[in-house]
Amino acid sequence: MIAPYELHAPATAREALELLARHGEDAHLMAGGTSLVLLMKQGLVRPAHVVSLHRVGELRGITRSAEGWLEIGALATHREIERSPLVRAHCPMLAEAFAKIATVRIRNQATLGGNLAHADPAQDPPPALIVLAAEVLVLGPRGARAIPVEELSTDIFATSLGPGELIVGVRVPPLPAGARATYLKYLPRTEDDYATVSVAAAAVVGPDGTLPHVRIALGAVGPTPIRARSAEDALRGQRLDERLIAWAAALAAEATDPLDDARGSAGYKREMARVFTARALRALTGARP
Amino acid sequence: MSRHLVTFRLNGAAREVEVPAERLLIDLLREDLALTGTKEGCSVGVCGACSVLVDGVLLSSCLLPAIRVDGADVRTIEGIAPAAGRLSPLQQAFIEHGGFQCGICTPGQIVAATALLAEDPHPSRAATRHFMMGNLCRCTGYFGIVRAIEAAAGAGDAREGGTA
Repeated sequence: MIAPYELHAPATAREALELLARHGEDAHLMAGGTSLVLLMKQGLVRPAHVVSLHRVGELRGITRSAEGWLEIGALATHREIERSPLVRAHCPMLAEAFAKIATVRIRNQATLGGNLAHADPAQDPPPALIVLAAEVLVLGPRGARAIPVEELSTDIFATSLGPGELIVGVRVPPLPAGARATYLKYLPRTEDDYATVSVAAAAVVGPDGTLPHVRIALGAVGPTPIRARSAEDALRGQRLDERLIAWAAALAAEATDPLDDARGSAGYKREMARVFTARALRALTGARP
Repeated sequence: MSRHLVTFRLNGAAREVEVPAERLLIDLLREDLALTGTKEGCSVGVCGACSVLVDGVLLSSCLLPAIRVDGADVRTIEGIAPAAGRLSPLQQAFIEHGGFQCGICTPGQIVAATALLAEDPHPSRAATRHFMMGNLCRCTGYFGIVRAIEAAAGAGDAREGGTA
C-alpha cells in the first residue's frame, strides 16, 4: 500500500541534517508520522528516502528558561504538551489548545514540529502560538535561526523553511504581565474534528478597561493561520465594550479567506469567525463568553 | 526498499522480526504474526479499532511504522487478560454491562479503556467520555461502554487482586 522507501534513523540532529543534504528532494522527514503515513498511504507523497527522527533524543523535552520562556522540543507530542506541568502552570491556554486536537491516540503520536512543518491551516497549535508570539527554532545548512510562528506557513501545506532545514523546537515568551489568553475551537460536527473556525486571543486588560496589548489569530479560515491585525489595531488602547467587540469581530471576519467544505460554506465560516472572535474577546475581559 | 530488524516485547514475550521500512505495525501484527484481535477499521487513525499500547501509550497501529516499536513493550488485546482462561476486570465488565454489540470495535475499546484506567484509575464520566471519544462504535453502544468502564473503575482494589 505504501510505496517502498529507504529508511534512515539518525541519532542526532546533525546526522539528520547530513541525510537531508545528501538526499535533497528525494528525502522526507518523519516526526510522529500521523500526517506523513497518511499522505504515503494515499500516494500523495512518495519519498525515496524517509529520515525518521524518532531516535533523536535532543529534540524531545519541555523546559523553562530562567527568563520564563517555555522551550518545547520538536518531538514533544501533543499530549506531552497538553499534560506538561510547566505548560499548564505557565501557559494554560496552550495546554488547552493542544488538548482540543483530534483524539488521545493521535495526540500521543503527533508532534509539535511535525504539526508546524505540515502547515495544515486547520490545525490548532499555530493560532495559539501566534498570539503568544512564539518562535520556531530551525537548524539548517547555514546554521540556526528563529522564525516567528506567524511567518512559518506561507500557503496551504507550504512553509518558509529552506531546503535541508529542520525544526528543532519552539520557544514561547512569557505573556506580558497581567495578560490573559484564550483559545476557542468551533466544532459543530464531532469533538475529534478539525475546526470549522478557531480563534486564539491574548490581551492585557488595564485597570481602566483599556487594552494596551492584544493579539488575535484565527485557524481553518484561510490558506494559512490568519493574524487579525486590523481588529487588533481597532482594539489597542481602547476601552473594551460591546460596540467595540462587535466592530473588532467584524474586522477579524473580514480578514478571513475561507473555503466551502463539509465543515461549512465560506460565508458560514466567515460569520462564525465573527461570532467566535467576539466570544474570545468577552472571555478575555471576564464577561460572559 | 530497506529492511530492518525489530526487537521488541509483544504481550510479554520477546520477539525479533525483519520488516520492510514501510511496514505498519497493524500489518506486522495481523499479517506477519497472525494476531488478528487488533482490527483495521478506517485505516486513517480515526476509528480506534486498531488501538494498541506501546510502552503503555495508546496509539493507532494503522499509523505507526513497525520499526518504531524496536526496543518497546507492545500490548495488544491478546495481552490484556491476566492469564489463559481469565479475563481482566475491564473485559469482565464489558460482558456484564453490555459493552459491545457487534464486537468489531471491542478490542480497541478495551485497549483504550485499559490505557485510561492505568492513567486515571477513577475517571469522572466526563473524563471517560473525552478519553474514549476516539473509539467509534458504529452500533452506537456508547452507554454500555461507559457503564462497563465505570464498573471496572469501581472495582478499585479488586482489580489489583486480579480477580475476574
